[in-house]
Amino acid sequence: MTTVVVEKLDVFKTHPLGKYLRRGMIPHIWCTGCGYGILMGEFLRAIDELGLDPDKIVIVSGIGCISRIPGYLNLDGLHVTHGRAIAVATGVKLANPDLHVVVFGGDGDLFAIGGNHFIHAARRNIEMTVICGNNFNYGMTGGQVAPTTPLQGRTTTSPYGNLENPFNLVYLAAAAGATYVARWTAIHVKWLRESIKKALMKKGFSFIEYISPCPEYYGRRNRMRDPLDWMRWFKEKSVIMNGIDPAKAELSMDRIVVGEFVDYERPGYVELLKQLERRVQESLKKRGIRTHARL
Amino acid sequence: MSEERRDVLTGTYFVIGDVAAAEGAIAAGCRFFAGYPITPSSELAEHMAVRLPEVGGVYIQMEDELGSMAALVGASYAGAKPMTATSGPGFSLMQENIGLAAMLEAPVVVVNVMRGGPSTGQPTKPGQQDVMQAKWGSHGDYEIIALAPSTVQECFDFTIEAFNYAEQYRTPVIVLMDEILGHTREKLVIPEPDQIRVVNRKRPKVPPEEYKPFEPEEDLVPPMAILGEGYRFYATGLTHNEQGFPRTDDPYEQEKLVRRLCDKIRRNKEKIVRVEEYMLEDADVAVIAFGSVARAAKAAVKLARKKGIRAGLLRLKTIWPFPEHIIERLAESVKSFVVAELNYGQIVREVERRVDYRRITFLPKFGEALHTPHEILEGIVRSVRGGKP
Repeated sequence: MTTVVVEKLDVFKTHPLGKYLRRGMIPHIWCTGCGYGILMGEFLRAIDELGLDPDKIVIVSGIGCISRIPGYLNLDGLHVTHGRAIAVATGVKLANPDLHVVVFGGDGDLFAIGGNHFIHAARRNIEMTVICGNNFNYGMTGGQVAPTTPLQGRTTTSPYGNLENPFNLVYLAAAAGATYVARWTAIHVKWLRESIKKALMKKGFSFIEYISPCPEYYGRRNRMRDPLDWMRWFKEKSVIMNGIDPAKAELSMDRIVVGEFVDYERPGYVELLKQLERRVQESLKKRGIRTHARL
Repeated sequence: MSEERRDVLTGTYFVIGDVAAAEGAIAAGCRFFAGYPITPSSELAEHMAVRLPEVGGVYIQMEDELGSMAALVGASYAGAKPMTATSGPGFSLMQENIGLAAMLEAPVVVVNVMRGGPSTGQPTKPGQQDVMQAKWGSHGDYEIIALAPSTVQECFDFTIEAFNYAEQYRTPVIVLMDEILGHTREKLVIPEPDQIRVVNRKRPKVPPEEYKPFEPEEDLVPPMAILGEGYRFYATGLTHNEQGFPRTDDPYEQEKLVRRLCDKIRRNKEKIVRVEEYMLEDADVAVIAFGSVARAAKAAVKLARKKGIRAGLLRLKTIWPFPEHIIERLAESVKSFVVAELNYGQIVREVERRVDYRRITFLPKFGEALHTPHEILEGIVRSVRGGKP
């Protein structure tokens, strides 16, 4: 009798992206049909194709389904309080500007409880990338209404239909001052990857809205229980319109406008801080004093 | 030599407490300040805005105190010694991420220049109403260190000490000042740099593949890796194991973590606690006070001695952890206690946990102005007469 030895495959070694995954944290907690795995994969392909030093990437997240991403990645990661990821990331970036700082957040995390931090980080044009997984509801807590839930959308806390107008996230980001703004869905994987690459290399505040299927929570109450319902919606109703005014970037059951809406240059916050520091120190030197403070 | 040092401005000055605390922070190595303007702490932020760019540091005015405190946690993990300054309403907002700092064991320093509350209260008047909030403000079990300066010099000295404690124990440290202290102009002596003791956090001694971000050493404090150094660690506000991985349904890990977060301070209490004992050796009555009130209390003790009453002062330089062991010892030698504070009963509750309430004369004051020495003297007289006025 012969013994057949079956070697257990070590996916952390054999999968091309395995080196970016954290041992001991996989499998993930996401539901079947969730779109966040697609996003995480494209993010890893983006950093791989850019050849970024993984030691210099820091992922910060708040609370929500998508906020589990830093746990799964073999990169430095902080998983912090609900809504505060951008504020924590601001501290990280300013204390060490050499790091690529990336925030992953859900629509509720970034635009309800964390909305203030979002608009101010965009206004400052601080050099970081914020990727919002928009799944139209609070998935982690069981599917409650969110600032992105469509009008009349049914959730556990809008059982008779949502009365509140949803945010147009790309319009909000552009108005607040983001210098790179794009929106893609879970079927636009290649565009998404290219967009993430651009966002990572942007010398300013970059924002990507990623429309994700949520069959388990949003879908089950809105006749999209099958993951394929979502993919069909994205496929049939999406239209790529690069460069259009984000105010006109519609997101509805009838039409999903995707593309790159904003991409321009203005000085980033860290760059301006460095200039200020140089100016202040030169003035001390010139005047031969230790401080400008009146002590 | 000291001419070139822009961080330690060795010399003698006449400044307000807010400015002294800011200079103490810079002398301790603070190079990151995130804050939000609020009376009576704004002068501290303003001073940092002038000073930090001079020493290669970052000042940022955040959108609110939630963001300020969150930015401190990020900066701390990126290797900075961060600080913020606030007062009551802002301190309330910071509690969320003070809890995060406690959970992630991020060294951070918060200066709370206390004013009258609740809510907006009396912005330009002193208070000592945030004593309990400093300890219990965020949800869950954790311990904290809080220091309480009484003079402008101590605003400088204790802020340095606050950073040293934060770094040594990987914990948020609160400096509880008050409006009077923040705005009182007094002499400040900034010593030579080599006279200032600066403590830095413990760093990992093992390579990244062996590093566990929350594996404590004997003192219960884990060495701290910094973002971007190649340790590729993960820190979460969820209950986590020593590796930093979430353990949200494991009662063993929950107990282990919470015990350690508390015990790293509790077990080192005697090393952390600082008090000033003034004329207590032969005292019959001990006055307990801190901050600005302790100055009036000291004057009252002197007045009592002139009247032939053997009074003494126990001045709390650290509020948390509470010096219960010292109160217990004192309870053996004195007959009665007088507790004077600018609130309606916070420190007195801690004293009552160790001393029979019938031995305590409580002197609350609600802010607007300090106790006068005579008000405290009256309390001392009442106390030695056994409570009878």
